[in-house]
Amino acid sequence: MTNSWTDIKNTDLVVVMGGNAAEAHPCGFKWVTEAKAHRGAKLIVVDPRFTRTASVSDYYAPIRPGSDIAFLMGLINWMIQNDKVQWEYVKNFTNAAFIVKDEFGWSDGLFSGYDPEKRDYDKSSWDYVIGDDGFAQVDMTLQNPRCVWNLLKEHVSRYTPELVEQVCGTPKDKFLKVAEMIGECSAVDKTMTSMYALGWTQHSKGAQNIRGMAMLQLILGNIGVRGGGMNALRGHSNIQGLTDVGLMSNLLPGYMNIPTEKEKDWTTYMSSRSFKPLRPGQTSYWQNYPKFMVSFMKAMWGDAARADNDWAFHYLPKLDVPTYDILRMFDLMNEGKITNYFCQGFNPLLSFPNRGKVTSALSKLKLLVVMDPLETETAHFWENHGEYNDVDTASIQTEVLELPTTSFAEDDGSLVNSGRWMQWHWAAATPPGQAKRDTWIMAQIFLRMKKMYQDEGGPFPDPILNLTWEYKDENEPSAEELAKELNGRALADVYDLKDTTKLLTAQGKQLLNFSQMRDDGSTMSACWIYSGSWNEEGNNMARRDNSDPDDTGAFLNWSFAWPLNRRILYNRASADMQGKAWDPSRKLIEWNGEKWAGYDVPDIAPTAKPDEVGPFIMNPEGSSRLFTRGMMRDGPFPTHMEPFESPIANVFNPEMRGNPVARVFAKDADQFATSDEFPFVATSYRLTEHFHYWTKHNRINSALQPEFFVEISEELAAEKGITKGGTVRVWSKRGSVTAKALVSKRLRPLQCGDKLVHVIGIPLHWGFMGAARKGFGPNSLTPFVGDANVETPEFKAFLVNIEPAQGEVVS
Amino acid sequence: MTMDPNLDSPRTAVSNPPIQPMKANLGVGDVVRASAMPDLPKPERQLTPVAKLIDVSKCIGCKACQSACAEWNDTVPEIEHNVGMFENPHDLTPDMFTLMRFSEFDNPQTGEFEWLIRKDGCMHCEDPGCLKACPAPGAIVQYSNGIVDFIHENCIGCGYCVTGCPFNVPRVSKTDHKSYKCTLCSDRVAVGQGPACAKACPTQAIVFGAKEDMIEHANMRVADLKSRGYENAGIYDPEGVGGTHVFYVLHHADQPELYSGLPANPQISPVVRGWKGVTKTIGLAVIGAAAVGSVLHGLFARANRVSAEEEREAEHLVETTVPVKGEEAS
Repeated sequence: MTNSWTDIKNTDLVVVMGGNAAEAHPCGFKWVTEAKAHRGAKLIVVDPRFTRTASVSDYYAPIRPGSDIAFLMGLINWMIQNDKVQWEYVKNFTNAAFIVKDEFGWSDGLFSGYDPEKRDYDKSSWDYVIGDDGFAQVDMTLQNPRCVWNLLKEHVSRYTPELVEQVCGTPKDKFLKVAEMIGECSAVDKTMTSMYALGWTQHSKGAQNIRGMAMLQLILGNIGVRGGGMNALRGHSNIQGLTDVGLMSNLLPGYMNIPTEKEKDWTTYMSSRSFKPLRPGQTSYWQNYPKFMVSFMKAMWGDAARADNDWAFHYLPKLDVPTYDILRMFDLMNEGKITNYFCQGFNPLLSFPNRGKVTSALSKLKLLVVMDPLETETAHFWENHGEYNDVDTASIQTEVLELPTTSFAEDDGSLVNSGRWMQWHWAAATPPGQAKRDTWIMAQIFLRMKKMYQDEGGPFPDPILNLTWEYKDENEPSAEELAKELNGRALADVYDLKDTTKLLTAQGKQLLNFSQMRDDGSTMSACWIYSGSWNEEGNNMARRDNSDPDDTGAFLNWSFAWPLNRRILYNRASADMQGKAWDPSRKLIEWNGEKWAGYDVPDIAPTAKPDEVGPFIMNPEGSSRLFTRGMMRDGPFPTHMEPFESPIANVFNPEMRGNPVARVFAKDADQFATSDEFPFVATSYRLTEHFHYWTKHNRINSALQPEFFVEISEELAAEKGITKGGTVRVWSKRGSVTAKALVSKRLRPLQCGDKLVHVIGIPLHWGFMGAARKGFGPNSLTPFVGDANVETPEFKAFLVNIEPAQGEVVS
Repeated sequence: MTMDPNLDSPRTAVSNPPIQPMKANLGVGDVVRASAMPDLPKPERQLTPVAKLIDVSKCIGCKACQSACAEWNDTVPEIEHNVGMFENPHDLTPDMFTLMRFSEFDNPQTGEFEWLIRKDGCMHCEDPGCLKACPAPGAIVQYSNGIVDFIHENCIGCGYCVTGCPFNVPRVSKTDHKSYKCTLCSDRVAVGQGPACAKACPTQAIVFGAKEDMIEHANMRVADLKSRGYENAGIYDPEGVGGTHVFYVLHHADQPELYSGLPANPQISPVVRGWKGVTKTIGLAVIGAAAVGSVLHGLFARANRVSAEEEREAEHLVETTVPVKGEEAS
């Protein structure tokens, strides 16, 4: 989230699209009901299904799964056509005025530079015109036909309300009503918040869905303000923490990158991370990258990371491919190229696409180690459970070890919520049976591996032998010790850079925050963005003061929000070019003539003058980006792309399938279906009664939602002879499931041009372990393809067929 | 909002309600009516009437209330089948005292679709039909704060309360032949805590407090709904049963039947009203010569239901916590 859960109460309009907050985030949704009850805020829901969120909305519009970009570009087009633009914000705080290279263009659904053989773009034309002074050229009058604003205007002009209706199946009057309600929020005293989740991410163009809304929010002037923002609702209590500490195959903690093979040394690695400002006087905060990186290397390898050995850069793994995401890992496993797999805290057999392929991949492993508090389906993938897991156990040779772990309620530690709040928690229960903390297990594996390297040597033992391991009990690092490492400490006395006689932090003390990090090896921190969470003031994550002066929703003394306890990112954008709040009733920070001050921690240097330094300090432009240059693989603007499996050809280019640059493994491409054989669109989702595949182990949750079902419209039920509560078979090109049928008016066929599109809703949560009735999940059916930028699987739009089942399923 | 320091019931209409220190109440002296005991002594005092307000327009149907209800009352609802609907269990049961009911409504006036979700359960009528119908002395009581409670050891499992209820709420257990329903968490309310469902409700669609305050809160909610175009928004607090201590804010108060058959004008069946005299006779025959007072004294020992799981847990505890010599004192 750019903002926080509590800030949602400050909004005038909540748009829930690409998510179902009431269903999947009921506790956070209370802030929507607060905004509605106390501010008279309105709630819009755009979703293929009339959801629980829609049931308390002021306006609902249906949409075909996987057509969100067309809807969003349609909204931007409408805002531009109807002058619903926060002009001063757009001119000064976005890159609207930046001039783009002449070679950049778009035609037939594709941007300039597409190579169909490589399934990739040559992105060299997707960039600004850089002047002789080394800065990007701009035209603040927005008259230049090649400025971002005019290119955007042209790009979105195709997305008329009529085209939106044709592509999305959203009736034109409903689209226009949504546009009008949203358009009101271009006024400086009105703001809108976007709440989204996996309904946007789980597409082959998920990142572009989100960009679409971010662009709309910028055009309305809603980023950096109270009650505004792009608010990603994270799906697990600590999934924000997972990405923060770099548990992605291509990331290091704090959103730094694992080097690629081409980056053979420190100098090369840093050369593409110089992040020089693209406009005069801009902050370009990533210029501090070397300080954070050196501090990370010192946290990892201590004295073994030195200036004269490139801070042990050669210890870091180098990527030979962009990512080793879950799809690639399971594909490699299925090819027999990965033989040992440690599965910690998730359940890939049910959570990953194309269960048939996942089962096949797991069956080829030599060793599978599952660390989990529950008995997962993954750990039992080799057990035959009749139709629910119809495997030939005798033919599976994989050795499976289940290591029972503690759950969150049995550990101390911190969870990072969607609003980036790091909230410390304390163990509430003693671990049952033989359950061990994950840290204990990891420590045991590490210590044993280290001993083997010590005793037996190996091709490259140094990174293991020299890994910093300074814990009171080497067998089990404590949550406190790890948290302090994340914050970082001074390895030598740290002095003020401007006044070198002024001692900031003495050797051995916790760093105040990341402003004290140095690139000379005198500081260490395992995750720079977390710095400040446990400094010499103590464990700031454990703070529980819920006072909120003037009711702003900031709650600055409750827990710690990264970075620097800042609650709303880009908050300098809440004030105009003179530094005065756009909306005095929603003041956040203001320029008092000398510095920025107010209710939140300023997201800008405190003394940076309002008319000189732009609010988007992480970008070298100093502004936000309506045009993302070459930073995304599938285009600098979002363009409509169909799902890989779609009943409708791309309106701009009937030959184009899915996202033209998404990675597709050869064997998976053969398993993509067409609508001739599989005419119905399926989409997967959660239900409030359950949390993923956990709560089916709990009796009460299981009683509240006992058995797997699919949702279909009355029209489709009539067409197929399906009755309410009857059993149906649903199958895709990859698998088949049986389910109870829930026939509902909440799903309606969508008229997309001359095609009537039926949508089938498939909730997850069921498997063959636990208390609930045995069942299937959507991932027996889903396609093995992910987003072009981040490889999130396309769970939200795929093709299936349906029929009444022959005979009842016996469970 | 009443914030009298001498509270005699909790208030949960604010976020994060603190547990309010309060002298425990809802004892024998707070009973104003008991089934088949017409000559009950006058109560010692009058408690503030309480109410649970269910704002249907804020309810997201998450079933946290159902979950909290089962947890607090330690019931184990059955894991049923899905029969093509969202209601699970499919109806109120002796182990599920509250139930989210879902109805789909195409509003002919607006042309828009609505999904109306209502939390069903005991309404705690001011004039309770169950209590009137019940022939077992002291099996159903009403406290002076309005809560209607079943005293299970006095229950004979006849099911008359089901017939007497205009809302079709009580359910008789096939296992122990006792009738069960929502207690309005009388055991929590008596010590200053709001009902478990209200505490669990993430959107504060369920709030609890003095009925007077709840009416005021409900009026604000109705005004908000009217401002959003729900012209017929209103309060459901039916006169036919003397008003209720669980009541609703509805977007369509003119058509309560839309909400899974909420009766427009609930009444106690004339038959039940008529047999009041008979009940009295049966009641006296049952208690024989025993004084009414002795039944009342026995009212509050709660039904002792021990589940198989609890038995196992207890056995496990006994096995694993046998004190080692020397530790007994600690």
